[in-house]
Amino acid sequence: MIKLSKEDFEKILNHAIKELPDEACGLIAGEKNGDDKIIKKVYLLTNIDHSNEHFSLDPKEQLAAVKDMRANGIVPLGNWHSHPESPSRPSEEDKRLAYDKTASYMILSLMNREEPVLNSFKISGDTAEKEELVIE
Amino acid sequence: MTITVAGTKKEVKEGLTVAQLIIDEDVETPMYVTVSINDEFVDSGAFETTLLKDGDSVEFLYFMGGGC
Repeated sequence: MIKLSKEDFEKILNHAIKELPDEACGLIAGEKNGDDKIIKKVYLLTNIDHSNEHFSLDPKEQLAAVKDMRANGIVPLGNWHSHPESPSRPSEEDKRLAYDKTASYMILSLMNREEPVLNSFKISGDTAEKEELVIE
Repeated sequence: MTITVAGTKKEVKEGLTVAQLIIDEDVETPMYVTVSINDEFVDSGAFETTLLKDGDSVEFLYFMGGGC
């Protein structure tokens, strides 16, 4: 299970809408408790691809985020990105570039702008497994 | 000499290269790793020739990207 606060969900959603038509992206960090993850902070990073079909995190911002996590005693839990025009599921490129099978990969679909969908996945090779996401 | 790797101080031998540090630290998926020394990014083509100095602070970052 991975837990996200409503405030942080709104933060991700608002940033993703602001970045349209491009994909938006960022990092998630927090605490691990066994198999459970609690997101304590979400990071909104620049998509240096500036594309609606691809994303790459800005390495400088990524470095700053990692230092901030360390300073705040939280650990990296994974990343998030938006799919402006496609469903909330990992694409083949998402799977190919998901190197960490312990990380959570969150995908926000804005395909239906009235009903955004956020899911979280664990990815190992070609296999993506949706994990329980609690937003409260 | 003493360097800091991902926030942890370590004693290492003089003449250590970034490439050797990647091996010593057992960095996963090294093809996707980006290295910074004192907040300056090192070109991956220079990993073999970049020597670390006493007091350097090294971070390993993993490329994160995808599609839709």
